[in-house]
Amino acid sequence: MSLITQSRPAGPIVIDIENITKDYVMGEEVVRALRGVSMRIHSNEYIAIMGPSGSGKSTLMNMLGCLDTPTSGRYEFNGRNVSAMNDDELAAIRNREIGFVFQTFNLLPRADSLRNVELPLIYAGIDLETRQERAAQVLHEVGLGDRLHHKPSELSGGQRQRVAIARALVNDPSIILADEPTGNLDSKTGEEIMALFEDLYHRGHTIILVTHEADIARHARRTVHLRDGLIESDDGAGVSQFESIAMS
Amino acid sequence: MKRFLYELSESWRIAAAQMRSNKTRSTLTALGVIIGIVAVTLMGTAIAGIQIGFDKSMAVFGDDVLYVEQWPWKRVDDWWNYRDRRKIKTDYAEQINRIIGATPNSNLLVAVPTSSLLRSVKYADSEVSNILIRGTVSDYLITSTFDFKEGRFFNELESRDGANVCVIGYDVADALFPSESPLGKSVLISGQPFQVIGVISRQGTFLGLFSLDSIVVMPLKAFQKYFSAKSDSDVLIKVKDKTKLAEARDELTGLMRRVRGLPPEKKDDFSINEQQALKSTLDPIKNSIAMAGLFVTGLSLFVGAIGIMNITFVSVKERTKEIGTRKALGARRRTILLQFLIESTALCLLGGFIGLVFAYLMCFGIGKAFPSFPINFSLNLVMVSMIVSVLTGLVSGFAPAWSASRLDPVAALRYE
Repeated sequence: MSLITQSRPAGPIVIDIENITKDYVMGEEVVRALRGVSMRIHSNEYIAIMGPSGSGKSTLMNMLGCLDTPTSGRYEFNGRNVSAMNDDELAAIRNREIGFVFQTFNLLPRADSLRNVELPLIYAGIDLETRQERAAQVLHEVGLGDRLHHKPSELSGGQRQRVAIARALVNDPSIILADEPTGNLDSKTGEEIMALFEDLYHRGHTIILVTHEADIARHARRTVHLRDGLIESDDGAGVSQFESIAMS
Repeated sequence: MKRFLYELSESWRIAAAQMRSNKTRSTLTALGVIIGIVAVTLMGTAIAGIQIGFDKSMAVFGDDVLYVEQWPWKRVDDWWNYRDRRKIKTDYAEQINRIIGATPNSNLLVAVPTSSLLRSVKYADSEVSNILIRGTVSDYLITSTFDFKEGRFFNELESRDGANVCVIGYDVADALFPSESPLGKSVLISGQPFQVIGVISRQGTFLGLFSLDSIVVMPLKAFQKYFSAKSDSDVLIKVKDKTKLAEARDELTGLMRRVRGLPPEKKDDFSINEQQALKSTLDPIKNSIAMAGLFVTGLSLFVGAIGIMNITFVSVKERTKEIGTRKALGARRRTILLQFLIESTALCLLGGFIGLVFAYLMCFGIGKAFPSFPINFSLNLVMVSMIVSVLTGLVSGFAPAWSASRLDPVAALRYE
């Protein structure tokens, strides 16, 4: 597997985390969800983060998605220090740099596909005409050009997830962060969605896949296994290690 | 700025969609605001109506006329000091006029004597009692604010000769001459005939207490011939420039002391009354009634606001996951705050609008059913009601909207 990673020219570093920890206080107890995780993700990587429940996988995803800030450690996103950002700065990063794809799709039930995809552009302050143009274009790209004015309830599960992927793509983010994107789909539809991710990867997107299914993780070019809040294995870590040696 | 506008219009769309999809809930919640706005608006119209009636009553006195009387127009605690004052005599008017005429740059224009008492007035088989019979001179017209429905006031000649002529108020004319013109007819007062030469147009009531139209005005000379006993006399003085009322008042005080022959060490033994002073005694009473009314009706609006707050809290709870999604997609705290504030404001605006329509219809109905009831539905009131609705929405929506904006995106996304 590492051969594949190394055979591709590594792009610039998008995500650089070093020794990240996250503690949650649950009543009297302190849960150490992450105990010191370091990794680098380059542009146009396709990486799967795996691990059983309780491994810190979700917590790491929340960190990478800038939904939460670490208790300690350093997180740089495109060279900017995320760990020191306030809520609104994090919101701006999520809006422009990260495209979220959720297991439960998380579409607005009363809005049609076009309006759902437009949403991140509204928060980015794009005017109506450009918004609709870009939303329609991305929906075409995911194969829903004829479903612009359908509400989520009028779409199949696979189509809903395509709308969600279009929404993740519309602001042209640096990374796409997908949390169990096939978890609510049957295996055939799931494969279709994975084919779409493959396509996006070939078009130059950076994809981070969080899953506990080995079948799904197989699509990625690099796999990171978490256990008990630590990285158990990272078959692409070699790249960054070589790099850090080269840099030092 | 541009982003703020897009977020704003997006929030309005969400609010509209939210109300459409929860019709029953929105209607019931808005009902609280509707009732509140109806109550406050009706109270507002009533207060405005009272204010207009009050101003109209006050206008009868004229804002440029001073009244020399035995009693002041306010409550006094030492009434015994006033009771024994010397009466005001009608011939003071003549003396004052003489002095005014001899004073260059006087602030006073003319003094008019009046004498009044209550009598019955008869015509043919009809009789009206408790009519204010007032004797005065032809200059009375200068100090008064009324118009004539028909006929005229008595002239200087009739005034000087004490002719048996009179001008009657609207109610008197209405009661005694229901189907004919009173002009040229003779009415009997204490057995004396007086020819009617004019009818005063309707003046309404004074603060709703007594009618200003139950009056008969006649030349003072004629009045004194038949009714001199037990009448109360006052002197009315018209001021040249109403912006110099205080100076005029001082001048008149000096004049009256001279006429009464008061030595410098003695206090005034007369009162100089004016509209403004009366207003300032009555204003606090009127205002406290208005405040109490608004407070009580405001409570119903407050209950409505609590309903809005409650439903907005429910809405935030129900849509926690949506809030999480929006935050993940880049909605900032301000955006979420705005969204829920606009939702509660839209509900209140809707309620306020419906409430206003109801209030207007009710005012219209009351106005038709009881024309004398003081009601005034103004554009101002509409604006104030709408502003109150918006404020209610903002205030009641703030706490839930704030809690929504502070939600942790991770927890919100995980919420089921």
